[in-house]
Amino acid sequence: MDTKIYFDNAATTPVRPEVLDTILPYFREYYGNASSIYGIAKESKRALENARGQVASAIGAKPEEIYFTAGGSESDNMALRGVAEAYAKKGSHIITTKIEHHAILHTAEYLEKHGVKVTYLPVDEFGKISLEELENAICPETVLISVMFANNEIGTIEPVAEIGRIARKHGVLFHTDAVQAVGHVPINVEEMNIDLLSMSGHKLGAPKGIGAIYIRKGVNIEPLIFGGAQEKRKRAGTENIAGIVGLGRAAELAVAEMEETTKKLTYLRDKLIRGILENIPYSRLNGHPSDRLPGNCNISFSYIEGESLLLLLDSLGVAASSGSACTSGSLDPSHVLMAIGLPHETAHGSLRMTLDRENTEEEVDFILEKLPAIVQRLRDMSPLYEEAVKNDKE
Amino acid sequence: MEYSEKVMDHFMNPRNVGEIADASGVGQVGNAKCGDIMKVYLKIENGIVQDAKFKTFGCGAAVATSSMATELVKGKSVQDALTVTNKAVMEALDGLPPAKVHCSCLAEEALHAALWDYAEKNHIVIDGLKPPVEDVDERHHAE
Repeated sequence: MDTKIYFDNAATTPVRPEVLDTILPYFREYYGNASSIYGIAKESKRALENARGQVASAIGAKPEEIYFTAGGSESDNMALRGVAEAYAKKGSHIITTKIEHHAILHTAEYLEKHGVKVTYLPVDEFGKISLEELENAICPETVLISVMFANNEIGTIEPVAEIGRIARKHGVLFHTDAVQAVGHVPINVEEMNIDLLSMSGHKLGAPKGIGAIYIRKGVNIEPLIFGGAQEKRKRAGTENIAGIVGLGRAAELAVAEMEETTKKLTYLRDKLIRGILENIPYSRLNGHPSDRLPGNCNISFSYIEGESLLLLLDSLGVAASSGSACTSGSLDPSHVLMAIGLPHETAHGSLRMTLDRENTEEEVDFILEKLPAIVQRLRDMSPLYEEAVKNDKE
Repeated sequence: MEYSEKVMDHFMNPRNVGEIADASGVGQVGNAKCGDIMKVYLKIENGIVQDAKFKTFGCGAAVATSSMATELVKGKSVQDALTVTNKAVMEALDGLPPAKVHCSCLAEEALHAALWDYAEKNHIVIDGLKPPVEDVDERHHAE
């Protein structure tokens, strides 16, 4: 079925028309290599530095602290491996959390294989880390704290400024995976004491395949990719000018419109959440009720399985996602839903709907109208629901 | 991951959903932890499966295989019911994505568990029928 309602903006977003218009000339007109010295290359170089400035100001950084990469995953890999290697003499302990994106978790596991000790902080029922536990985990060996700004599944926003303060107090570097946060919530790397930050273009209306990492001036990291002298030798490879221009423009637009977008999305999100919880029994909100991304709605429906729910929604033209095992490609449900303490069966029945600026109230109303029947249809088929209803009556 | 048209048909319009109040045999396999539970009800008269119903908690493939397995078993003798294997269910559905093959195993196990229940209640032996595994998904996990 063709998608009519796109509620999976945390997975990726369509390229914004304004962004597309801005980047198109960089494919056919200004295709020069930014490292060359002739005419068209000059425009590439100018565009590159302009975008660097746009990205920097979106997070309160200096332009020279922004390095372009191929996306959020590369930035995450670069932060963890780059810092672990550059500061190996100081120590080999990293603190992160159990709810990070796999780009962090799998990099951390790789580092563990190479002798780095990693502490994975637990989270509470809302998905927040404990600042006390964080501080207690810091030891003289600790070189890096990496805590995501906002969680991609449940939308919970971590106490980043407080984490930054603790990291600074103990002289430990602080990296945050802000892929879901940049352009969606206010970020200031200075005020929040952030030393490294990962971001991705396609989560905010720029194309896929472009991202950036902010590295505070004075912080050393070993590169992941060796080659030419691009990005001050921190990241080799001819610059993806079109992508970079797109990321710059998208970041600029997102920050300029943030107040308005947040107001709209928070309203839609809360209407969606309230409407579901009020009208569908045995449902629960996953993530923090207020400290959450403006467009994130994540709900678990007991006694049904997420993939079935997604297939029925797809048959109505609705695109969403789930933390069920069947959609994760493994037999276990989402590690994030496990970390907030959901029983397996509740985690399997999770539905994530992530809204963005192009979504409308009509779409939310459509979901609120259709979802109860879809959930009931699956429950009528479920042996677990049958048992639960029987038990409730007794 | 892409489901065949047949899988989608049996998911969107599942056959034989429900319960049989006076079932001759009932079998339930899987567990909620892994996200798949199938419960199969069989009505058997004169050694022939007259009716089959199911209830399933699970993904699209789990629902579709339950639907297909119950379709295939209807009208078969209890002995022939054993030919409704995971392979037969999968073939009848024009295949399943590799990650979903375990769902077809679950359908076979549920069917066999229901037949076992029937055989036990009626003190008969169905050649080649093995007692049901308590927890099919645990076994798949261990693999």
